[in-house]
Amino acid sequence: MSKFEFPPAIKSRPVYGTLEARTGKHHLMIADAEGAEAILEIATPELMAKSHIIYIPKGADYGDKLRALQPAQYYEGPSYAASVQRIRHVLANAHMGLQIYLTGTEGLMGQAQNEAMQAGFPHTAIQTEHRGSVARRMQCVHCKGITEEVETDPFVCSHCGLNLFVRDHYSRRLAAYQGVCIDAEDPGNVPEPKGIYE
Amino acid sequence: MSAAPQKAKAGAEKIEVIVKAVVPLNDLVTRFEFERRGGALFPPFSGGAHTVVEMQDGERTRLNPYSLMSDPSDRTTYAISVRRDDEGRGGSLFLHNHVKVGDVMTITFPVNLFSLDLRAKKHLFFAGGIGITPFMAMIEQLEHMNGNWELHYACRSESLGTYVDVLSYKYPNKVHVYYDDQKQAIALEDLLDGQPLGTNAYVCGPKGMIDWVHATASAAGWPDANVHSEEFLAPAPGEPFEVRLCQSDKTITVGEHESLLEAIERAGVEAPFLCRGGSCGQCETDVVSYDGDFVHRDHWLDDEEHASGKKIMPCVSRFVGKQLELDR
Repeated sequence: MSKFEFPPAIKSRPVYGTLEARTGKHHLMIADAEGAEAILEIATPELMAKSHIIYIPKGADYGDKLRALQPAQYYEGPSYAASVQRIRHVLANAHMGLQIYLTGTEGLMGQAQNEAMQAGFPHTAIQTEHRGSVARRMQCVHCKGITEEVETDPFVCSHCGLNLFVRDHYSRRLAAYQGVCIDAEDPGNVPEPKGIYE
Repeated sequence: MSAAPQKAKAGAEKIEVIVKAVVPLNDLVTRFEFERRGGALFPPFSGGAHTVVEMQDGERTRLNPYSLMSDPSDRTTYAISVRRDDEGRGGSLFLHNHVKVGDVMTITFPVNLFSLDLRAKKHLFFAGGIGITPFMAMIEQLEHMNGNWELHYACRSESLGTYVDVLSYKYPNKVHVYYDDQKQAIALEDLLDGQPLGTNAYVCGPKGMIDWVHATASAAGWPDANVHSEEFLAPAPGEPFEVRLCQSDKTITVGEHESLLEAIERAGVEAPFLCRGGSCGQCETDVVSYDGDFVHRDHWLDDEEHASGKKIMPCVSRFVGKQLELDR
């Protein structure tokens, strides 16, 4: 089960949709892990003939299925960091008429959306669909360090070691949620960590 | 389109100006240059902004929006270029026939409903006829910041190609002109194809041209947010109709050749407005009750709102029927 119903939240929190094939000259699809399922669901031979898929498996086993779709271009990267050079290159050489599809974890979608925005693509025209892990990419508001794959609230900043409360406040520029020190007033008084949506 | 400016008052702040020059450009178009009364500098504006010009035509006050087409960095001068419309409601004729150098006039602070998206990697301009005016200011603005732009300008004929000479002389590689009478047409599909990612298109001209650019871009997969347009509507004439203004406790009759907004103002009721052309959303008015049909002509309300019978934009829309009551 790769779909998750996010509870209602403040306006700052991104809302994800369901991918649909749109009219376009070219299609750029960026996915990680279970995001592959969303691509498999909309794939048609006509769409794939004009599609470039960039996939980061993160241990999931969809590579062969995606390759079998015979997209015009297919790239599999070991991590987002390893794939971002290719994403930038594709966006820098892309033309209007491109459609962008992002699917998988929030961290992947947020960072790829940021690259697309910097390339001049409006974020309102980017399609997203959440699949897989609900872990968040968090920025510590104190040291500004980013902690990836945060699954519990509170959590410990991987840079400065503060105990951080997971907020719903989101930054498109940073592609991260805000983590704020939870025991600043009373150091050491930290609630037991639990799942973000528990 | 973004939300309307929050203040709801009658028009933008006003500026007293003196007509500094009246420059006929061809058979139909004349440029009017203004300087500020008292010699002060004008407020800065951004390319695409318009001003509403107040014209005292005998008993009648005319308020027409015109794009500012002077260089936005020149704060000593505001200029508008006006196409004479012999069949229009008379605002352009008044300017052409009665306004002389030295006249004192009132215009509003600039309001921009058609601004450049400065995040764009490239700006692609499509102008039809007098629709060239906002682009004159946008081009100057972009030239000051070394912006990447290209203009495709369709005119009826060489003799009516307003500013073609200036533009072609200054920017020979960026300006492309198409003359209708020589059967030249913008190859829109080809032009949109292959534009770099992050290109924004802007169109100003007749309604048909605006719709054509929006539809063609959309079919080529362009995001709506990357296609911008501006069309000021002039209020259309229609059968006179009666309106009850419940807040002011007045019943007024809207004449054949005036807009609902003008009729409200004539009755001494202050109503908010900015563009007077169906674009800005400022004059949006709630309908209390009605029995009849609305003639919605604005670009502001969506189809659902038009069908709901709950709102009207009195600057350009009318009503046909037995009874209409507005919350004004």
